[in-house]
Amino acid sequence: MNILTDFPISLIVLCSGLGLILIGLWGMLTQRNMIRMIIGFSLTDTGIHMVMVSIGYITAGTAPIINAAVPMNEAVNMVVDPVPSALVLTAIVIGLGVTAVMLAFVVRIYKARRTLMIDECTESKW
Amino acid sequence: MIKRMFIFAMLALMAVIFFNLVANYSENTSLSKLGHYYVENGPQELGAANLVTAVVVTYRGLDTLGEVTVLFISAAGVGLLLRRTRRNQDDDKGLKKGDRAEETANVNMHKPASEIVETATELLLPMIILFGVYVFMNGHLSPGGGFQGGAIIASGTMFMLLALPESHISRLMIAITESLSGFSYVVVGVLGVVFAGGFLDNRIMDLGTYGDLFSAGAIPLIYTLVGLKVGFELSAVLDRFRKEDTGPV
Repeated sequence: MNILTDFPISLIVLCSGLGLILIGLWGMLTQRNMIRMIIGFSLTDTGIHMVMVSIGYITAGTAPIINAAVPMNEAVNMVVDPVPSALVLTAIVIGLGVTAVMLAFVVRIYKARRTLMIDECTESKW
Repeated sequence: MIKRMFIFAMLALMAVIFFNLVANYSENTSLSKLGHYYVENGPQELGAANLVTAVVVTYRGLDTLGEVTVLFISAAGVGLLLRRTRRNQDDDKGLKKGDRAEETANVNMHKPASEIVETATELLLPMIILFGVYVFMNGHLSPGGGFQGGAIIASGTMFMLLALPESHISRLMIAITESLSGFSYVVVGVLGVVFAGGFLDNRIMDLGTYGDLFSAGAIPLIYTLVGLKVGFELSAVLDRFRKEDTGPV
């Protein structure tokens, strides 16, 4: 039994990513502290990035950068898919922007209420 | 309690979906059609050694412009939420006396960083910024690019804000650099429509020798603009999150 063929690297990354998504969802749904909810969001975000990267992996592929080790005419058989990597690059930046705005909201709520608990901000709850 | 059960039931269902995904997963052994096209034609068409850069900057350049816009809007949102206006200061005064006194005490208790940290910051900060510039200038040749380089520059700013809390970042300088680089990015994109194949086409400049620093047409230019914009935007966001945020503008 060969561990590399039974558990390919992308499967490990995929499972870790899906696990992170679940942990993050659990954190967002059960925690009442807003900072912890944001941490949950970041975990889910990271998990989704890992899933996307693992889907783009090609068996025994290397980084999609042409150099002495990856000559231009053989690159097609040697590199991983560059499209998911580019998408993840975009997704990381968007996630960062969303997290920054959420944290700014928390700072404002804390300034107004002196609390981080979501249960005490109920007047806009429907 | 029933809510909690509901949450766990939902998570369990998600786990079932994910389990099915994993159970039927098999690793790809060849590139997708789109990826195959990009890997096969990217180097000759665009002259970029880093194919992720070719996809991000040129093939999907419009997405990157949108991404930069989203980052700009979120930086503007943070600035709007955390600004210190007269009204906000009045709000602060309305707080309980104890809280206010505690806050003032905290600010006064702010110890300056030690000699070692200050000297190390002055020594390392130029190098960190230089490394950030290196990463975004070489985005078409090596791993890295505008966003990564910008994040490194912002980490340098973070370092400075932590080690030298008294340091002042000029908001005006940030605003001017950010606006100019964003504007030039769009101008380069429009030049692509006029002189080459379409919006954000990098072949408005000579492709140059493959693998050189100044090659791949407009990609180094675009990534420099993106790097400057991202670096200054993230620095502005970090600056806004400072507690002693009382500077003008």
